Amino acid sequence: MRVANRVAAAAGFAAAVLAVTGCAPVQSGPAATGADQQTGQLRVWLFDEVNRGPKEAVVKEAVTEFQNAHQGVTVDVQYIQVQTRAERFKAAFSDPKSAPDVAEFGNTDLAGYVAGGGFTDLDLSGWADAKDLLPAVLDTGKVDGEVYGLPWYVGVRALYYRTDVFNELGLKPPTTLDEIAPIARKVRESKPDMLGISAGGKYTYGAMPFVWANGGDIARKDGDKYVSTIDSAESKAGLRQYTELIADDICPPAQCAGNGGDASVEAFRAGKAAMVIGGDFNRKSVDASSAAGKYAVVPLPGKTAGSIAPAFSGGNLLGVMKGSERKTLAKEFVQLLGGKTYQRKMFDAMGNMPTFADVQKAVAESQPAVEPFIKTLNAGTKFVPVTPNWAKIDAQAVLPTLIQEVAAAGNDLDVAAKKAADAMNAAFAS
Amino acid sequence: MTDVHLDPRPATGVRVDPEAPRRPRWKRKRGDGPIAFAYLTPALLVLVGLMGYPIYQLVLISLFDYGQEQVSGGAPLTFLGLANYATLLSDAKFWTVLGQTVGFAAVCVVGTLLVGAALAVLATRVRTWARMTLFLAALGAWATPAVAGSTIWLFLFDANFGFVNELLGTTGFSWTYDRWIAFGLVAAQVIWCSFPFVMVTLYAGIKSIPGEVLEAAALDGASTLRTARSVILPLLRPLLIVVTIQSIIWDFKVFTQIYIMTSGGGIAGRNLVLNVYAYQQAFAASEYGLGASIGVVTTVLLLLITLGYLRALRKSGEQL
Repeated sequence: MRVANRVAAAAGFAAAVLAVTGCAPVQSGPAATGADQQTGQLRVWLFDEVNRGPKEAVVKEAVTEFQNAHQGVTVDVQYIQVQTRAERFKAAFSDPKSAPDVAEFGNTDLAGYVAGGGFTDLDLSGWADAKDLLPAVLDTGKVDGEVYGLPWYVGVRALYYRTDVFNELGLKPPTTLDEIAPIARKVRESKPDMLGISAGGKYTYGAMPFVWANGGDIARKDGDKYVSTIDSAESKAGLRQYTELIADDICPPAQCAGNGGDASVEAFRAGKAAMVIGGDFNRKSVDASSAAGKYAVVPLPGKTAGSIAPAFSGGNLLGVMKGSERKTLAKEFVQLLGGKTYQRKMFDAMGNMPTFADVQKAVAESQPAVEPFIKTLNAGTKFVPVTPNWAKIDAQAVLPTLIQEVAAAGNDLDVAAKKAADAMNAAFAS
Repeated sequence: MTDVHLDPRPATGVRVDPEAPRRPRWKRKRGDGPIAFAYLTPALLVLVGLMGYPIYQLVLISLFDYGQEQVSGGAPLTFLGLANYATLLSDAKFWTVLGQTVGFAAVCVVGTLLVGAALAVLATRVRTWARMTLFLAALGAWATPAVAGSTIWLFLFDANFGFVNELLGTTGFSWTYDRWIAFGLVAAQVIWCSFPFVMVTLYAGIKSIPGEVLEAAALDGASTLRTARSVILPLLRPLLIVVTIQSIIWDFKVFTQIYIMTSGGGIAGRNLVLNVYAYQQAFAASEYGLGASIGVVTTVLLLLITLGYLRALRKSGEQL
């Protein structure tokens, strides 16, 4: 009998493997089951937020609409913590039974998740909304040309500054990157309690625009591998410009070197900083702080006057898990929640920047405050290397360590950059 | 007393082998082997299940290229042999971190033992209510989960809003920025949450020293210091050994305090200790093979340190 033969062959193969390697650590079985059920419970994981209420309300609306349109389908939404997402997703990939069907995830995690066998490719052809998706943004949902995640919203950062402080001191917002440090120094000189610009030592996505504006990059693609270029002359020029800001006369290392993006913005919210690089997603929280009504936002300037420094196009995607038994339903739910109607609702509720060109235009008209962010987005954005190894470089804190070594520990930039490049290349090669 | 034993053999019923003195020691009790083994079996089974199997898996994983792709079955397993160990041992940062870990653990162990012993002695000298207060305070520190304790300490030592800075009038001073100050703060926290174990154990030890012994020492005219050195300390030695080894193992494996209080290893990773380093380099980065090799190295190191310590004691004449 065929089956018996196959079993015997498998057993023989297993025995041979065991004989060669002794024994091997556990691996979980193939995730995909091939089933595609049309009823039952659709499990959805979304990220928890500091202020989840408005998000939850919009999602509930979408769930109700979806359940009404599909008889016999219930949608169970779970909110998971951003901080512990890595553990949750790893566990979900290793045990498909406890995994959701649809999940929200950060676009920098995408490549790692796809390589880990977590998400299935998403066929968006035949979906009316798809044609208006911004190509640069859709790219952040792709691995090797295939779409694995529908961009749900995009996050770009721009320069926030305190209009009252600038007026008082007779300062104008910087028009080139070079101008930031002198302006910041002037502020701190006259107001010693204030940070000239709140520049965090762990604020990777605040620092990278400096590198990109100077023509540098994190890595370049060489064949099918990445090679780090963080130690190129251009990259180092940008790093020098950024680390110059983490100094006693602008943003003292003791206060700033340990800060990531959130902590950097927090100092601005507390009224303790004259400038900060902040995202469109920070706008609502700044409006609810002591800096409300006393600030303005301009795109982060580039190397020459009038140019805009390329921003990091962060954001979250919606994807369908590979182990899902309800792939069609899952895709339909992704298209509903990630579609134009609900992206607009999410913007109104949370301030999340839409990923469709026409929706973006509409929100810019209704809310002039988002204009600098849209300008930044249209000026061209950059992204981290799309490789599963990026998650590793991120986890090993290679870039924050580089910035901190130069800004706080006083190490030589050339040495630190070389070390970071070596660490990255080691990760890319694995 | 009517029940007089005339039988010269001990009442325990162990047969005394007339040839015993001429045989090597380990052969003498040969007859106990199977019985002893039977008694030990349940403990052995538990140990093998709870310790042996995980260690076996740890060693096994450390020999493979074992990342998230391999765990979820998306990529084939590659047998690397000792390559993970080679990567680790040739990494300069690993040696720096290892040195830091040893130094940090040493400070924590000595600090814990000193504070614990001092407070144990204090507890034997003060009145009941004071002792009760001391114990309640110590048990409070002991019972506080490491995560909560670390966070509370961070609040206390916060640069801008912390109570300590307010008290000292040093608002704005960051306790977690400078490498040594940060290490000192974390060491203080570790000592704070681990001294109660030492204190309670030693207190019980001191209390169990028979009053007659101390009385005899006093009658012989021994000073307090002399009594402590020549009577109490030798009697407490077995307990001291246990708490020292425990402390070494705990403090070598500190994770929570460093991870939380220096937000994952301090500025540019200068406050990393081995466990946090392993987590950051290997587990957070899904390099489980490399992480497992760090685990194996840590285990071997701890075993060596413990064995070395026991040997040193043995040499100084202590029977274990």
